[in-house]
Amino acid sequence: MSLSFLKHRDAVTGILFSLIGLASAVGAHQYPLGSAMRMGAGYFPLMLGVFLAILGGAVLLRAFLSRQRHVIDRLTLKPVLLIGVGVLTFAALLGSIGLAAASFLLIALAGLAHHESRMRELLPLGLFMALFGAGVFVWGLGLPLPLLPA
Amino acid sequence: MELISHLGIGLEAVLTWQNLGYCFLGVLLGTLIGVLPGLGPVATIAMLLPVTYGLPPLSALIMLAGIYYGAQYGGSTTAILVNLPGESSSVVTCLDGYAMARQGRAGVALGVAALGSFFAGTIATLVIAAAAAPLAEFALKFGPAEYFSLMLLGLIAAVVLAQGDVFKAIAMVVLGLLLGLVGTDVGSGAERFTFGIPELSDGISFVVLSMGLFGIAEIIINLEQTSGRDVFTARIGSLLPGREDVRRAWKPVLRGTTLGSILGILPGGGAVLSSFSAYTLEKRLANDPSRFGKGAIEGVAGPEAANNAGAQTSFIPLLVMGLPSNPVMALMVGAMMIHGIVPGPQVMEERPALFWGLIVSMWFGNLFLVLLNMPLIGLWVRLLKVPYRLLYPVILLFCCIGVYSINNSAFEVGLTLFFGVLGYLFVKLHCEPAPLLLGFVLGPMMEENLRRAMLLARGDARVFFTRPISLTLLVASALLLCVMAWPRARKARDLAFQEN
Repeated sequence: MSLSFLKHRDAVTGILFSLIGLASAVGAHQYPLGSAMRMGAGYFPLMLGVFLAILGGAVLLRAFLSRQRHVIDRLTLKPVLLIGVGVLTFAALLGSIGLAAASFLLIALAGLAHHESRMRELLPLGLFMALFGAGVFVWGLGLPLPLLPA
Repeated sequence: MELISHLGIGLEAVLTWQNLGYCFLGVLLGTLIGVLPGLGPVATIAMLLPVTYGLPPLSALIMLAGIYYGAQYGGSTTAILVNLPGESSSVVTCLDGYAMARQGRAGVALGVAALGSFFAGTIATLVIAAAAAPLAEFALKFGPAEYFSLMLLGLIAAVVLAQGDVFKAIAMVVLGLLLGLVGTDVGSGAERFTFGIPELSDGISFVVLSMGLFGIAEIIINLEQTSGRDVFTARIGSLLPGREDVRRAWKPVLRGTTLGSILGILPGGGAVLSSFSAYTLEKRLANDPSRFGKGAIEGVAGPEAANNAGAQTSFIPLLVMGLPSNPVMALMVGAMMIHGIVPGPQVMEERPALFWGLIVSMWFGNLFLVLLNMPLIGLWVRLLKVPYRLLYPVILLFCCIGVYSINNSAFEVGLTLFFGVLGYLFVKLHCEPAPLLLGFVLGPMMEENLRRAMLLARGDARVFFTRPISLTLLVASALLLCVMAWPRARKARDLAFQEN
């Protein structure tokens, strides 16, 4: 058996579900289980975890028995990374640099994820949205967000 | 007449400038966001939820309901003009709606969708008003065992409705149930699966999960596709259907309304099931089924009426039993909780103005929808012409601000991103996220009712089978599962989903 099963969509799905199920079952086992009459914190999640692990096993087993092999679609990392960086920057800095600047950064960073994105469009868009967001959310709706750098 | 006095209470509550204004604003904003490609009702409502925080409870709920209809109709507009369904409920509208648009009849398609939806909305409002009181009385007979069995039926229905593999859909439901348990356990006060992170002790916020799975994941998927979108804006044509169109469309609208009103009430039902069934029904009944997919007006009128009726009657399980039957209703539960209202049979008794006001406002929402969309269609078209490379950063920004503003928490924005990436992986693995979301909402309620039922029965699990209502619900669940296992039924279901 080679590593090629890692490209097999259903095999990966099955493994993923089994692992999550097992981890939940192990985690739930740490909490008091109680009895069927007085269920503790661990009872229901333990049931669910075991069930999920079994389901994952079934998906995995079926993947091996079936003759059809669906290869996983290609993952494109560029949008994931750029959107990730943009969102995390926004989240981390909003408290200290304020909504306007954080909005600008989010648009400038995440905006690069499109294959046709252009800086000369994104910068004005970022500026506009910084003002717009401030106007609508902070002044218009009165959300308690910091507007400018503290 | 009890019905009339109830509607009177509702009218009195709704007919203030303030409430009508919020209803109008909700419909407008809902359509505005819902028109944007890739944003369905769930993401739209989640995004606009913070807008309603500061309002009085009734105004907030009226506005949210307005946002819901607006988003639903906005999704149909996008389906007809761009061939891009915002959510699965408008998938079938794409088939004939887009074909009509390519024949230069986009206006008629949009007009029929709007008028059909209005008619369906009017009838569905009456259905809700008439059915609410008797159903609430019936719901009072429900004990924990019945609630548990009903939720089980709802989850299984969600699995049946999901596209693709049944095993994976069940696994997604279970995963959702598990995610719903994260946080402090109501029964014992113990913290579960929080990994010592204080932000998780209140559980994962529904907005965070839905915004990640339906908002951010959708953006990433759209960014993957490098081919351009075809906006059909060359000629919208007249919005008013001609005599021949009306002749063809009125029966499908009637049938769609009936079908949608009934299917919407079922747990796990709602707009998606309604529109798919209505399309299949129209195709069956047509003299010449081959016209379908090539711009048959029946294929737009029936499903559009059905999805609006279903969208509306899916409020019944929520208002009457406190059970959300689909992700949108789950968001409404969240919104009600924020305003200190626990949905359930007691709401009708305790807060009649709120309850009947919300129902009556549904009709006004549908009225505004027609009044608004007929003249504003040109604006939506122009919005659709904005290139996606400029649109998605703005959508993303609104998602992030929406999530941040719930608790002023940077952690939750990060968690949303996490679920966004997870949602993207699920799509790659062909696992549909909708069942997960329903499981997530029902998780804590199911556990609580399971615990109570078992405590009352002194640990005897037979209680679920000895109580007649519970037994009926369980038998229905088992039947649904059997139908799914039946190869022919499965083929029929796969075929229904394949038609796009």
